Amino acid sequence: MKILVPVKRVIDYNVKVRVKTDGSGVDLSNVKMSINPFDEIAVEEAVRLKEKGIASEIVVVSIGVPQAKDILRTALAMGADRAILIDATADVNQDIEPLAVAKILATIAEQERPDLILAGKQAIDNDMNATGQMLAGLLGWGQATFASRIEVTEGSVLVTREVDGGLQTIRVRLPAVVTADLRLNEPRYVSLPNIMKAKKKPLDERTLASLGIDITPRLRATRTMEPPQRNAGARVASVDELIDRLKNEAGVI
Amino acid sequence: MSVLLLGEVHNGHLATDAVARALSALASLDTRVDVLIMAGDGATAAQEASRLNGVARVLVAQDDALAHGLAEPAAALVVSLAPDYTHIAAASTAFSKNILPRVAALLDVMVITDVTAIRDAETFDRPVYAGNAIQTVTSTDPIRVLTIRTSVFQAVGQGEPAPVETVPPVADPVLSSWVEDMAVISERPELTAARVVVSGGRGVGSKEHFETIVRLADRMGAAVGASRAAVDLGYAPNDWQVGQTGKVVAPDLYLAVGISGAIQHLAGMKDSRVIVAINKDADAPIFRIADYALVGDLFTVVPELTAKL
Ligand SMILES: Cc1cc2nc3c(=O)[nH]c(=O)nc-3n(C[C@H](O)[C@H](O)[C@H](O)COP(=O)(O)OP(=O)(O)OC[C@H]3O[C@@H](n4cnc5c(N)ncnc54)[C@H](O)[C@@H]3O)c2cc1C
Ligand SMILES: Nc1ncnc2c1ncn2[C@@H]1O[C@H](COP(=O)(O)O)[C@@H](O)[C@H]1O
Repeated sequence: MKILVPVKRVIDYNVKVRVKTDGSGVDLSNVKMSINPFDEIAVEEAVRLKEKGIASEIVVVSIGVPQAKDILRTALAMGADRAILIDATADVNQDIEPLAVAKILATIAEQERPDLILAGKQAIDNDMNATGQMLAGLLGWGQATFASRIEVTEGSVLVTREVDGGLQTIRVRLPAVVTADLRLNEPRYVSLPNIMKAKKKPLDERTLASLGIDITPRLRATRTMEPPQRNAGARVASVDELIDRLKNEAGVI
Repeated sequence: MSVLLLGEVHNGHLATDAVARALSALASLDTRVDVLIMAGDGATAAQEASRLNGVARVLVAQDDALAHGLAEPAAALVVSLAPDYTHIAAASTAFSKNILPRVAALLDVMVITDVTAIRDAETFDRPVYAGNAIQTVTSTDPIRVLTIRTSVFQAVGQGEPAPVETVPPVADPVLSSWVEDMAVISERPELTAARVVVSGGRGVGSKEHFETIVRLADRMGAAVGASRAAVDLGYAPNDWQVGQTGKVVAPDLYLAVGISGAIQHLAGMKDSRVIVAINKDADAPIFRIADYALVGDLFTVVPELTAKL
């Protein structure tokens, strides 16, 4: 079975973002960038399926700036077999919308014919939580979002999903799109020898023009602002003082 | 202009609070809103929806394929109704986030998730970067597909029932099938609707000790929340996770116990009216946003608080 894993280069989850004062966006120059944490989980799951002998090939794809090669190398070091980079922009501040990403991925899926596409549930920069579902729709495939457990069986996958009331298990016919949630697995650390080995794995760089897909954004970001800030309040010395303040000052109990 | 609002159904009942909050968000559009019920048996939920203020009409689609929120048949049905609407909306939940991006792609439009303000028919605010920035976006699409962050809006009231109509089901593409739900039925208030939320983190130490948090919550009539660390470690179920990638809450009172205050957690609770933090580390980041900070060991503080309330 062949697995395609879309991976996005995003601001590292440990970095505190700075919103530009002119409202034009977030300052992404000179900040640490990493593989989107959910995509790292998706890569890990694909690698485990390969280690179990279920998957035969893992292809990772990223769409964005040429610097996304770094995160593709990370995915290769984790155990992916080859990588595709779609050079879509030279501007590190340009985010490619999920609809455009899904269209590009659908085209790649038609060329690569994977049995399973394992994406992250959400990119931690735009927090959109949409690409996997959009891709499944465009391809006319079944989807299983927010996966915390995946079991591949003949012709289908059994997926346990994290939903609002608890967990739901569904069966989806292959080929399918599955999006990874936090509890699916704990990604491995990449070792130095594997990083060295990854440098020799194939990384195919393609231009957006070669795909002929229009990525003009449908949503125009007109303003990006800092949310209202909260300040530290009072220290209370005891449980009695806390109860008193909640009753008589805040009026919430 | 007209809106189609998805009305989520659980065990035959409407997720009334979520739908009522979404209705109040949509009120600023000042246009007709039809609620769509998709269920195996939608009769009760349709009646519940029909009584909410601001509903022009309730549409009910009943089919076994629609009983479990599977994305493919639900999206196909919504797409079949889309030509009559300028906006397709839902409360931002696991149910709608599963379906609406698929709907948007099938309509060749972008989805706008987690809307926190509707400025006009095409302009919306939504948080990005774990709520560290609020972006205003203008849609250039002919149909706007959005999910609404309900914690920001008050629920509408109830009044005279609106008419209920049946809509024909569409053929299920049968790409997926439901196997089972492992739902925890609880008497406690729902996390996203509760007036008080008590959350525990890694500091609570074990599943057994998490009972201390649950006892305090029950004493206060509160919902129980958890940090990602507490869920990952198995102290609490997944649907209690509050944060960037969990549930977003804004209760009158939020108590964070043994939670350090990572930005991903703050993203899910920093709009609460009053925040109390209990932590043994006087420098814990959670204290920077807490209205009341109690530095101490949760194992003495929480039982004392529970006893004295
Ligand atoms: C992609 C991604 C998504 C994420 N999404 C979320 C999310 O949605 N929600 C979320 O919560 N996190 C999320 N996280 C995780 C987040 O970054 C933090 O790791 C997590 O919130 C930490 O949980 P915690 O505060 O319980 O644990 P810790 O940071 O370990 O804090 C434990 C706290 O307990 C205190 N403590 C210990 N013992 C006691 C005691 N006896 N009495 C009192 N205090 C005590 C300690 O002083 C400490 O402050 C996400 C991370 C990533 C990468
Ligand atoms: N530019 C991109 N390149 C590759 N994969 C992406 C890109 N954008 C989104 N994805 C994939 O889609 C998932 C969900 O992203 P989003 O819909 O933006 O929240 C991510 O976790 C990735 O797996």
